[in-house]
Amino acid sequence: MSVDALSSFRVTTGTRASGAFALVAAALIVIAFAAPLFVSRSVIQNLFFILTMLALAQNWNLLAGYAGLVSVGQQAFVGIGAYAMFGAVILGGMDPVAAIAVGGVAAVLLAIPTAFFVFRLYGAYFAIGTWVIAEVARLVVAQWKSLGGGTGTSLPRDATRSIWGQEAVAALFGVRGPHAADIVSYWLALVLVIATIGFIYRLLRSRQGLGLAAVRDNQDAARSVGVDALRLKTLVYLAAAFGTGLVGALIYVQKARISPDAAFSVVDWTAYVIFIVVIGGIGTIEGPIVGIIVLFLLQNALSDYGSWYLLLLGLIGIAVMLFAPRGLWGFFTDRTGIELFPVRRNLIVAPGATPDKGGPHG
Amino acid sequence: MPPISGCMRDAPWPEDDGMSWLDTVVQGVLLGGLYALFAAGLSLVFGIMRLVNLAHGDLIVLAAYLILVLVTALGLNPFVAALVAMPIMFAAGWALQRLVLNRTLGDDILPPLLVTFGLSIVIQNALLEGFSADSRRIYAGGIETASLAIGPVNVGVMPLLTLASAVLAIVALNQLFYRTSLGRAFRATSDDPVTAGLMGIRPNRIFAQATGVAMVVVTIAALYLGTRANFDPATGPSRLIYAFEAVIIGGLGSLWGTLAGGIIIGVAQTVGAAVNPEWQILAGHVAFLAVLLARPRGLFPRAVD
Repeated sequence: MSVDALSSFRVTTGTRASGAFALVAAALIVIAFAAPLFVSRSVIQNLFFILTMLALAQNWNLLAGYAGLVSVGQQAFVGIGAYAMFGAVILGGMDPVAAIAVGGVAAVLLAIPTAFFVFRLYGAYFAIGTWVIAEVARLVVAQWKSLGGGTGTSLPRDATRSIWGQEAVAALFGVRGPHAADIVSYWLALVLVIATIGFIYRLLRSRQGLGLAAVRDNQDAARSVGVDALRLKTLVYLAAAFGTGLVGALIYVQKARISPDAAFSVVDWTAYVIFIVVIGGIGTIEGPIVGIIVLFLLQNALSDYGSWYLLLLGLIGIAVMLFAPRGLWGFFTDRTGIELFPVRRNLIVAPGATPDKGGPHG
Repeated sequence: MPPISGCMRDAPWPEDDGMSWLDTVVQGVLLGGLYALFAAGLSLVFGIMRLVNLAHGDLIVLAAYLILVLVTALGLNPFVAALVAMPIMFAAGWALQRLVLNRTLGDDILPPLLVTFGLSIVIQNALLEGFSADSRRIYAGGIETASLAIGPVNVGVMPLLTLASAVLAIVALNQLFYRTSLGRAFRATSDDPVTAGLMGIRPNRIFAQATGVAMVVVTIAALYLGTRANFDPATGPSRLIYAFEAVIIGGLGSLWGTLAGGIIIGVAQTVGAAVNPEWQILAGHVAFLAVLLARPRGLFPRAVD
């Protein structure tokens, strides 16, 4: 086959739906950034919750859905990110917004020795291994007396009153200080979600992403064609820890009060996240987005029922895993063929360039 | 976190002589019996069907509440109540495996992990709804405070019974595995479910029976959990972690290894607590990580995978 004929083939991941969706997404992002202009403070706080949980869910989905690493210890990185941010503010005198970056770095520093330990555990035992590490981190942090030990502490008032951008936002929008701080946190959460989804989407469409999919589908076959499975999994683990640490730090900038039990809570930072991903659809970027919307609606509908809410969420999660393991989004995409973040590679043949001989061997 | 075992209360630490260290280690060994009981069911289920049940700790707590209800409602002695609870828990485990967990088994590790994680959250919140968050305890009468002088150390009767029960449970499970036709079916299914199926064994039935047996062991563990310390609906996950650590330290597939693992965790915890009461739990985790570092496959590995 001539070089000329080859050039009429093209590999692409885009589809017509994804092209249209890119425009809609761009419009949504603009609207989301402008949202503080026309919605109330409580809506901003709800959106902050949705965005931070979505960012956590995307990170967990990257681990479990794409790298096959089922962690139930992601609360370790939320907690360590949050505590590192508190340490940088209280002991280092940093601005809380700048200290968020310290949280991300601290999470990676914890993830390196953690990976060393938990990657020694096979498959399912990896899950409980990550949980042990999270417990160790919680117990060690509870010994950190200058950050309140087991009972926790609050961010100093003068730090929360003048975080970066707060004054400018207060003047620009004509709102009070705490409201302006919420707006700043909300924007940061929005940036974090866009960056996380952007990073994951780019990764999946890259060479490494193809390797990751190959490892997930058949590790032995992938290794036989030269994919370094351990290296890929370690990189994904560290990346997810970094993202989770940043989100943890940001959540606690907004909360301004921390304790080891809350910051390392397996229910708050891992159970909800797992249900978001499983219900929405594991192994897709769209799944966690669907999942967080479902979770938010359920939470509002059942907020008066206390523990019945989590009980119901658990039952829904089990039912989805048993009867629709690809979640709500998988259910939808199986029937419509629509993918908003397509990663599958399609071979496009330019019109009029039909190969003169059929079959792969010509 | 409250101390795990009641046996720690009356142990005096101030005088730092060799005597109190011997006492600490003995108490740790006895505590290890409790952890081995937590772990035996987990080890059994993993060994036969490669299923890691993240709700294992919550099932122990569920069984403890069942015993508590039998004791308070029927006025039974806790040991009799545990005997009554065993067939109930066997049936619950059998049904759980048959109706839910069998559907999740396969090459993919995601479904069993996520389903049992969901189950853990469901059990915790159902118990919270039914029994509130108050911590409870099963009262066993005078036996709780009884102790024996064995050589230079005083040993509580309940901790001693716990360790004896752990040893008995492991002997019984090994007898079941290697001396009965059910045990042969367990081992055959564990080695190769497809070939076992060709020989007339139905893996799904075998798995259901295995989980039933594991729940009987869970009931024994629940009896000692509930009589020796307070428990509440949120107690499960930490018990799962101790059980898991004991299994990994011992090496997959070896029940005696699991007992050794439980004892190592128990001794590490009591020694840690003797140094500083806040370090009790942490010391157990550190011992686990140290073993994982030095011997990634555990101390007495038997299973190949």
